[in-house]
Amino acid sequence: MPEAQRIHDHPDARVVSARQELMEICAHATEAELTSAIDALDPRPEATDIRPAETGLVMLRGRIGGSGAPFNFGEATVTRAAVRLGTGETGFSYLLGRSKTRARLAAVLEAAGQRPEYRRSIVQHLVRPVAERLESERRATREEAEATRVEFFTLVRGED
Amino acid sequence: MYVAVKGGESAIAAAHTLLAKERRGDPAVPELTTEQIREQLTLAVDRVMSEGSLYDRDLAALAIKQARGDLIEAIFLVRAYRSTLPRFGYAEPIETSAMTIRRRISATFKDLPGGQVLGPTFDYTHRLLDDSLNGGAAGTPSSPARKPVSEDAKVPHVADLLGHQGLIEPNPETESAAPVGDLTRDPLSFPAERDLRLQSLARGDEGLLLALGYSTQRGYGRTHPFAGEIRLGEVEVHLAPEELGFEVPLGTITVTECEMVNQFKGSAESPPQFTRGYGLAFGHCERKTMSMALVDRALRARELGEEIVAPAQDEEFVLSHADNVQATGFVEHLKLPHYVDFQAELQLVRQMRREWEDAQRKEAAE
Repeated sequence: MPEAQRIHDHPDARVVSARQELMEICAHATEAELTSAIDALDPRPEATDIRPAETGLVMLRGRIGGSGAPFNFGEATVTRAAVRLGTGETGFSYLLGRSKTRARLAAVLEAAGQRPEYRRSIVQHLVRPVAERLESERRATREEAEATRVEFFTLVRGED
Repeated sequence: MYVAVKGGESAIAAAHTLLAKERRGDPAVPELTTEQIREQLTLAVDRVMSEGSLYDRDLAALAIKQARGDLIEAIFLVRAYRSTLPRFGYAEPIETSAMTIRRRISATFKDLPGGQVLGPTFDYTHRLLDDSLNGGAAGTPSSPARKPVSEDAKVPHVADLLGHQGLIEPNPETESAAPVGDLTRDPLSFPAERDLRLQSLARGDEGLLLALGYSTQRGYGRTHPFAGEIRLGEVEVHLAPEELGFEVPLGTITVTECEMVNQFKGSAESPPQFTRGYGLAFGHCERKTMSMALVDRALRARELGEEIVAPAQDEEFVLSHADNVQATGFVEHLKLPHYVDFQAELQLVRQMRREWEDAQRKEAAE
């Protein structure tokens, strides 16, 4: 039974959260990072398309007042792909933007990530370097913002 | 009435070739790349994404280039493109309280948890033209200062601080499984609820919203606003595709959010407390979100039992005219051939004129 189907029928929180973590890394990875992670897989997985990469729209939602009921905010381009490995695992990807190459690579990695023998390679060549890059970028963003933190003082105006 | 016309193919083709030449400008000046637009005209890109209602920086940059910098034309191009794509689904609502903050200010509290962070702002600049940007020789700007931050310092919404004391109305809660209005699926009808109004305002024309927001400040539907909070930064987007049965992270988007805090007298049922207006837009669109929050609050007149006396409180007026693609379509269609229609009018005026002249002559004779 395909992995996705199995999860759907018998939700296993740990399996799902492991897949989500890898999907999150893939969503932030560049094409070059995804390519080098695939190149590092040994043996290189054979993947066939269940659904060739295609670009569409996802309607994004906000919350009224920032925390209330949802409203439709505007759409984003999203590209998705689904593949099946020769060993039977299915891999999915949904990524912001229109890169079909990235979507296909991410779907292959998502499927490969379900096979224990690939886990170490994926962590070493994708998860760790991308997480480190993201952390350093986020830190830079936050530290640059922090340097613009302002302390305002109120002054008494008028004669008395 | 517009009546279809035929002919003019070669003139139209020549006009489009001429347009391409004008778009390119002086060939001695290097051609602008879409990457340059995406990276250096970021606020134009943000406006096109917001009002085009499509988050895609590269497409917005391309549209701006193709439209020769005419942002409404660029928004039109983006809207036309989006209509060619299938819809994969609806994302989970973004959580702006979990934003990676680049800018966050409040005009209501001087000292507040998370602090006042100016970020990349035009505020406090002197608005003097900077000659050093001339000629493309400005080079790389000096790297911005950095200051260490404490890990995961929470930055709560300002309105929540008031909310804990019951001094501001709570946000409307989700009724689980309540449908969320979508004006890209069903045409807008009135009265429109707040979810639809916010969707319409989020894609609405910045100029219209600015003018309407301003009109409320000048007394046409006054709401006593304070900028409770404006925040800019990145949020994660998640989608739960049916085929997977769990949420998938799609990546991050940049948004600007504005929470206005407005006065309200209270009534027999509700104690005196502040009310809210809300603005949210793609990218860095501060003027847009502030205007949106003002207009959102003004449009709550019906819900809050306020007398509807001003344009900004009239939802049919505001929402029917907020979309600049619709507006420009109807205004600009006037330049298309109306020959038949006009001939009919011309005939009518000539006939009325003859009758008027006959009457004049008769009167003079009597």
